[in-house]
Amino acid sequence: MVEHGDIRVVHRGGIARYCRFLCERGIFCCCRFLLCGSGYEVKVFSTSTEECIHDLRAHTDLVTGVLLRPSNHLQAYSCSTDGTVRLWDYTDGILIKTYVIGYPIYSIYTSANHSGVLFVVTPTSDKRSEFQLVAVHLPQSGDQLVEAREFSAVLSDVSSNPAATSFGRGGEYIASAKGLQLEVYFFKKQKPYRFFLKEDNKKGGKNTFTCLACHPKDDCIATGHEDGKIRLWRNFNHKKEYTYTTLHWHHSAVSSLCFTPEGTNLLSGGIESVLVQWRYNQESQRDFLPRLGAAITHIAVSPDGALFCTSHSDNKITIIRSSIQVSAVIQGLVKGDSVRTDLMVDPRSKALVLNGKPGHLQFYSLQRDKLLYNLDIVQQEYIHQSGLEQFEVVKAAFDAYGNWLATVEERKQKPTELELNLKLWAFDEQTQSFMLNTTISAPHEARITAMCFCHSTDSQTTVLVSVSKDGHFKAWQLAPATHTEDEGPSWSCDFVGAYHSLVPECCCFSADGSLLAVSFQEVVTVWSPASWELLTTLSQPPGAIRNLCFGQLTCSKYLLGTTDKNLLCCWNLLTCSLEWSTSMDVSLLLSDPFSENMAAFCCQAGCTDLFVFKPSEPRPLFSHKAVCLGKVTRAVFAPREKMLESCEETSQWLNHSQLYFVTQYMDLLTFTTKAEEDRLMASSKQLVISDSVAMTPFSVLLGKRSQQEGQEAASSLLAERTQLPQGSAAVRELLQTPAHVLPSTSFLCSMFVESLLISVTDNRKKGRTIYNYFIVAQQHFMSKIE
Amino acid sequence: MASFKPTKIPIYPKLGEKVTQDTVYWKNYKAPVQIKEFGAVTNIHFSPVAPHNYAVTAFTRIHIYGPFSQEPVKSFTRFKDTAYCGRYRSDGQLLVAGCEDSVVRLFDVSGKVALRMFKGHTKAVHVTDFTSERYHIFTGSDDYTCRLWDIPNATELNTYQEHTDYIRCGVTSKLNRDLFITGSYDHTLKLFDARVDKSVITMDHGQPVESVLLYPSEGLVVSAGGRYVKVWDLLKGGQPLVSLKNHHKTVTSLCLSSNGQRLLSASLDRHVKVYNTTNFRVVHNFDYAASVLSLALAPDDESIIVGMTNGVLSIKHRKSPEESKEVSHQQRRRPSYRVFVKGKNYMPKQDDYLVSKPVREYLTKYDKHLKKFNISKALDSALQGPSKRKPEVTVAVIKELDRRGTLKNALAGRDEKALSELLHFITKNMVDFRFAPVLVPAANMILDIYRSVIGQSPVVDRQLLYLQDLLQKEINYQQELLDVLGMLDTLFASSVPRKELLCSSSSRTNGLAQGETASTARPELQAT
Repeated sequence: MVEHGDIRVVHRGGIARYCRFLCERGIFCCCRFLLCGSGYEVKVFSTSTEECIHDLRAHTDLVTGVLLRPSNHLQAYSCSTDGTVRLWDYTDGILIKTYVIGYPIYSIYTSANHSGVLFVVTPTSDKRSEFQLVAVHLPQSGDQLVEAREFSAVLSDVSSNPAATSFGRGGEYIASAKGLQLEVYFFKKQKPYRFFLKEDNKKGGKNTFTCLACHPKDDCIATGHEDGKIRLWRNFNHKKEYTYTTLHWHHSAVSSLCFTPEGTNLLSGGIESVLVQWRYNQESQRDFLPRLGAAITHIAVSPDGALFCTSHSDNKITIIRSSIQVSAVIQGLVKGDSVRTDLMVDPRSKALVLNGKPGHLQFYSLQRDKLLYNLDIVQQEYIHQSGLEQFEVVKAAFDAYGNWLATVEERKQKPTELELNLKLWAFDEQTQSFMLNTTISAPHEARITAMCFCHSTDSQTTVLVSVSKDGHFKAWQLAPATHTEDEGPSWSCDFVGAYHSLVPECCCFSADGSLLAVSFQEVVTVWSPASWELLTTLSQPPGAIRNLCFGQLTCSKYLLGTTDKNLLCCWNLLTCSLEWSTSMDVSLLLSDPFSENMAAFCCQAGCTDLFVFKPSEPRPLFSHKAVCLGKVTRAVFAPREKMLESCEETSQWLNHSQLYFVTQYMDLLTFTTKAEEDRLMASSKQLVISDSVAMTPFSVLLGKRSQQEGQEAASSLLAERTQLPQGSAAVRELLQTPAHVLPSTSFLCSMFVESLLISVTDNRKKGRTIYNYFIVAQQHFMSKIE
Repeated sequence: MASFKPTKIPIYPKLGEKVTQDTVYWKNYKAPVQIKEFGAVTNIHFSPVAPHNYAVTAFTRIHIYGPFSQEPVKSFTRFKDTAYCGRYRSDGQLLVAGCEDSVVRLFDVSGKVALRMFKGHTKAVHVTDFTSERYHIFTGSDDYTCRLWDIPNATELNTYQEHTDYIRCGVTSKLNRDLFITGSYDHTLKLFDARVDKSVITMDHGQPVESVLLYPSEGLVVSAGGRYVKVWDLLKGGQPLVSLKNHHKTVTSLCLSSNGQRLLSASLDRHVKVYNTTNFRVVHNFDYAASVLSLALAPDDESIIVGMTNGVLSIKHRKSPEESKEVSHQQRRRPSYRVFVKGKNYMPKQDDYLVSKPVREYLTKYDKHLKKFNISKALDSALQGPSKRKPEVTVAVIKELDRRGTLKNALAGRDEKALSELLHFITKNMVDFRFAPVLVPAANMILDIYRSVIGQSPVVDRQLLYLQDLLQKEINYQQELLDVLGMLDTLFASSVPRKELLCSSSSRTNGLAQGETASTARPELQAT
């Protein structure tokens, strides 16, 4: 986060926030709340509404573990690599205590038997790659910030994976697995037992441990292995006479195991994205929940066993009822390995569009910071198996009004065999989603490197241009319906262009759609889409063109290009000559469609700088050094809902639109101004207050009543706050009157109950009756004193 | 939890010509009946009255055929030399024909001997026709003249000597008793009026005119000559309307469909083309074995009769409605009405709470197997059962298995019967270019898997040999096609010699542009 005047870079959309989400363990606090670590904070979700209720923010580094306090189920510990363990009241979102450990903590365990002791996994002080399990005695102190000093090592050389260590029955022992070794430490005997597996069994399956879980009521440890096997270990308090049984259903590594609280079922999951429920002692009976969407990384069970939750590798948490039915899905911005499609903004919904689930495009609302929906592009059953080549959406483009969406999917099995499909989707007003209109298989012979729609707003027909490595660019046009009556209009190839058998790289339409620029290595060719004539060629050797961009609005006569020999050129298309050029290593160039501004990202020494400028003047409007670490891979200007009225020169370019960009580490970032941020904070606070009221029958009754009252007394200033039950006038008066002037409780009871009833009388009359009651009560009281 | 997505069966574009209303209409004819005549069939004319017999002029005879007979009902053989242009009168009672010996003969259709002989032409008469008031005959001859004759007296009424070459075609107006049009080898069409002594309109076709046709409205006239078919507007004084060049040899005959919406032209290039008369596009095409000389359509397009140079008369009858229906295969029996509407006609009462029934998703058999990862069974069910007739379904399943990386497992472990079934499918569909990219790797895999057991089963061995044979043939085809492509490329390259010049000029301008930009760039660079 870099300060710059009052403009700053902020993480948005939660790729950054959510991407670590999945490596954390989501835990249930009770049936109502779900806690999970996500980036630098812990999130509290409601299991019924899927809403995030609190962000517990205090850690200064990644949160690595969240755990309920065994002695008080309304409090939770969280640990982080910043070397602290924090105790939270998660229902109210309050930080209670901070224990400073001093070492980065990778996971945290505790048991009801060991009160006042936390077990944490920290790196051994000498070697960073080796980890040890340490018992930390929490000092009894009233202070907020406490430093823990009493450490005692329990196990050395443990795995840093939180799933590889677990407490056994009632906290009698702790089991930990690493590599091919299972270690069980009995607290009573103060002695560890170690069990080893051979590296490979006969069939070549890998025996490496991946995770383990201990049975809560029985002496049994379930371990998951790399080859998909689950072993149930028993009798492990003897060195020699231990036994294990093997269960095998998963075809690849088991990533998480979990017993239900009563120990009747064992849950397991892995890359297959199938949740398997094994009956304990009847392991042949299994239940499956298939097609959960992405690889399961962690499984958790609520303390009462009514709900399960699985976190997935695509930034998702699924909440499952114990009857193996999905009840809710909490989905962040779907995280992939890379954004292969460009970042786009859907002109209709103003949602950010990019790669989502495999074979899907996700529509992510930037205003609400919420995933709207996933559009299935490939329309094939996704096989969850590592090492399998699948269809991927590699390019996508919207036309000016959002009526058409073009997508390219490709699958590369062998270098020679490339399967390409170009699909065109029409927006259907009735279903409010995109419907497949045309599928063109093998539109080009080689990979498509760029694709764009003609963005002119007045032309009747839309043109799509795709540029491929096979040396051609093709123009696609919506052909009218063929004379057979069964089909509607479909897309077909209109023109195939090439230039001196050079390989084209990028293409761009001018703002009015009258010109098409296609770059062929060092040469930019300018074509007229009306007649498909080559109008002119521009070039600025040396160096092949990397980006190509037309100016917008008043600067539409300029064409900007960047070369891979560190040159940013601006051509004037009226004179067909170079207007200006400057030496910059621009990695990404894009134009704001709502203003004349252009943004250029320059990558220098592992950092990226941003320059915002107008093509008409080569002086930057705004520049920002070291926006983020690493390269910026994609960026987009998204329109604002409300225009900002900033008149400062440096922030003026943010008035019409907002710049979003993705770094190579898959962080989605944006620029905000200070004023905007303050407004956002205020609104989020209000949301929390109104959400925190639990929906009980009582609150429904009171809410209804108070709502009515609120309507009646619309002019009163308190109208906004009457949502709460205290808002009732009678109750308020009851509470505000000093105790010694109150009548007897039996007398007040009927009044109180009456105040809960939905009133049919008008306000004034009721006010008077209450007043009368008080007079009577006072007189009664006075007489008593006398 | 998302539901299972069934295998996507790609819809392949239909090969060949698009199915339109026209193709459906013009394809709805039975296989042709072929009748061998004595010589080239020069003219076919339908009787205007039921039962619509037609007169076929071939060599020295005129045969009259009934609508469904394959033997002539009647023949006129009293010609000294080749007969031409046997035409019926509008009442179907009389027939006129010209002859190489310059005599025009008039026959009663029930008699045998000529009723009248009109002598006066000096050379062969190729054109004869009745005028619309039925008592006159118009003829055109190789002596460059056309004449009008009176039937009762057998006398010549008028002679027009305006053409300067053979008159080979002509037609009289059906609405006006005095008008007739002739087409001649002097490249002109002339409209004559019997009330005046000369032609009224002359139209230049540009080629020797072979055939003339008047629209039923008689506002338009169509002429054929050389490779062109031209349409003229008589009401605008013979203004050319359209010129069609769709044949690559001389067009010999013209004909209109019964509703006047389609125009048919026959040519020496052995094709008959059907045009839409509103936009004059070719909507259908018939191929014949030999050059076509004459063409006629029965009333209501009941049959298409074509006469060819080799003396074969080809008759295509329209399929009767029952026959055409037979093509669309039989519909499956639906459940009875009572079962079908059971419970569906129940009207919910006011307080009823409607419980919506979950829509059950039906999966095909192979999808059910694919869902359970039973890959071999999935392939089996795609090869058998209802999808047997649709190779695209089987190919889609093979593709899906390939995508899952389990095709090899699905193909392996088959016995003789299952393997031969698989090989049968592959040999049947492998050369189809739509399926080849999927089936060739599959065939490769089969050969890899079953290499060790080749020679153990005669059935499989035979199929493998057949496959080898098939592949060799296909390779040869491809080779030939590439040869042809190479030849075409040289032809095209030689026909566009200017292309090279254009390229170099564009590159030169490119160089110029580069120079300019470079020169302008310098000061700007310093400025920035």
